[in-house]
Amino acid sequence: MIEILGVSSQALWGQLLIGLINGAFYALLSLGLAIIFGLLNIVNFAHGAQYMVGAFCAWIALNWFGVNYWVALILAPLVVGALGALMELLLLRRIRDLDHVYGLLLTFGAALLIEGSFRQFFGSAGLPYPMPEQLRGGRDLGFMVLPNYRAWVIVASAVVCLVTWLVIERTKLGAYLRAAMHNPSLLQAFGVRVPRMVTLTYAFGATLAGFGGVMAAPIYQVSPAMGSSTLIVVFAVVVIGGMGSIGGAMVTGFGLGLVEGLAKVFYPPASSTVIFAVMVIVLLLRPAGLFGRVA
Amino acid sequence: MTTGIITALGTASSNRWGRATWLGLIALALLLAAPFTGVYTEFVLHALCLALFASAFNLLFGFGGLLSFGHVAFFGSGAYTTAYALKVWGVTPEVGIVLGMLAATALGLVFGALAIRRQGIYFAMITLALAQLLYFLFVQAPFAGAEDGIQDVTRGRLFGLFDLDHPLAIYYVVVAICLGGLAVVQRVVQSPFGHVLEAIRENEARAISLGYRVNSYKLGVFTLSAALAGLAGSAKVLVLQLATLADVSWHLSGEVILMTLIGGVGTLAGPVIGAFVLVGLDTSLAESGIASGMVQGALFIACVLVLRRGIWGFFADRLERARTRH
Repeated sequence: MIEILGVSSQALWGQLLIGLINGAFYALLSLGLAIIFGLLNIVNFAHGAQYMVGAFCAWIALNWFGVNYWVALILAPLVVGALGALMELLLLRRIRDLDHVYGLLLTFGAALLIEGSFRQFFGSAGLPYPMPEQLRGGRDLGFMVLPNYRAWVIVASAVVCLVTWLVIERTKLGAYLRAAMHNPSLLQAFGVRVPRMVTLTYAFGATLAGFGGVMAAPIYQVSPAMGSSTLIVVFAVVVIGGMGSIGGAMVTGFGLGLVEGLAKVFYPPASSTVIFAVMVIVLLLRPAGLFGRVA
Repeated sequence: MTTGIITALGTASSNRWGRATWLGLIALALLLAAPFTGVYTEFVLHALCLALFASAFNLLFGFGGLLSFGHVAFFGSGAYTTAYALKVWGVTPEVGIVLGMLAATALGLVFGALAIRRQGIYFAMITLALAQLLYFLFVQAPFAGAEDGIQDVTRGRLFGLFDLDHPLAIYYVVVAICLGGLAVVQRVVQSPFGHVLEAIRENEARAISLGYRVNSYKLGVFTLSAALAGLAGSAKVLVLQLATLADVSWHLSGEVILMTLIGGVGTLAGPVIGAFVLVGLDTSLAESGIASGMVQGALFIACVLVLRRGIWGFFADRLERARTRH
């Protein structure tokens, strides 16, 4: 067996793969954050809660209604998206003209409320969610065994990220969205319904988070706290990448997942802190973030 | 905008100075008499420590305009340092508190220098991430005792003379510490330094063009706020005799923001009122079995939507309106 710095290549590839999976979730979540921030100018603190609700929807669908993973993968994000739209209409819309700080505080409150409600009704312990049958097992790549489900997660989230990026950068709808990010009042003067766009954009960001939650359910256990712990890391990712660029958010997400995987191989105690350490270094060297404009 | 509201409140409170002084004196008298009225003093002391913590946060957010989502880092580092010094090194309480404050101040200087490199929402996210970094360090560090934290901390004798295990001694010492801290906050807000902070909050570009070193002021108030938050954490250790991971967890950062918001951002009395309200609420919720996050989240939303000026701001408005009518 080949060894690199005293670490077997098997372990190295295995950890890099896990890193890539974490990175897939970071990318999905920071993408949603970046889109919402671009149009609404708020940091969506409820993003982690929406990711958690996505996972719980899948769990509830399976255990209460016998709905399988694939249906849940479509339905749960839609439910989360609808809840997001409702939240925008009922809450966020009322504070749009206030200081952006209030948006942050409001979504933080919503996150606490959602997380607390799930804790009240489902308890704090993690609930297991079985792998979908079609994706059990793995294939031998020669240098490592690749579990099918993990390969699926990486491919699916990469595809979702790329499609989102293409829609925003290359289609007419995306052009409207970018226009609304730059100058909403001018776009409204052209007859585009910007308020509805804002609602749909927030809902779409929430949908992405819900999609991530369903994909996470079979890998991590479904628990009320799964969102907030992930979200804080994603914030560090977003500080590193800068929220100005959609593509940057994705690249940084996957990249930092890999960094985390490497830390797990070479110095395991640092794996929970390495992304924050990278954030500190980036703040010192490039205060605006890797892909960011000075904000 | 927040800033406009805060300015309005600021002028209102200086006009109403007489009435506020009376209210303050009554509160002080109640506080000093509390041990003789059969009130559960540990509750009062815990709430007071959090009131100081919230006031330190409010100094940064309400008066400096900087929203820190990781203020728990300073509260927690103060608490852990004091607990460790008292328990392992066996120092006297005043030395333990000074060490706790020094640790929080040093950390505030480092975190502040990093966080002020970005503004607005990024500032909030950076402070949150840095506090989480510290949380993970405390989870792993051998001296911090992992899940158990540092328990059964001995209070010792203040200056080697007064035994703090006496209920009245610990009560009045902690009351004195917290009131001292609150007095510092008030003094800073009313100082020339505080006025420059206000100018920076209102219009940073203009403050720069007037020749103020804006970043030095920001770092200054950040460090000062961190030191006071550390003092609050150290005082908490004297009261509850333990430091645990809850003292460095992001939930407490959220709670301290909520206290400030409930009481009234940018007012001196607001955070104190908010701390007592929230600690009282948490105590009663603990008995009822309702998840506190649910209630806190709902309160957050209610404050942002309908009670942006907080309880104190709301009553200050009423008083002001009643006065102008006459």
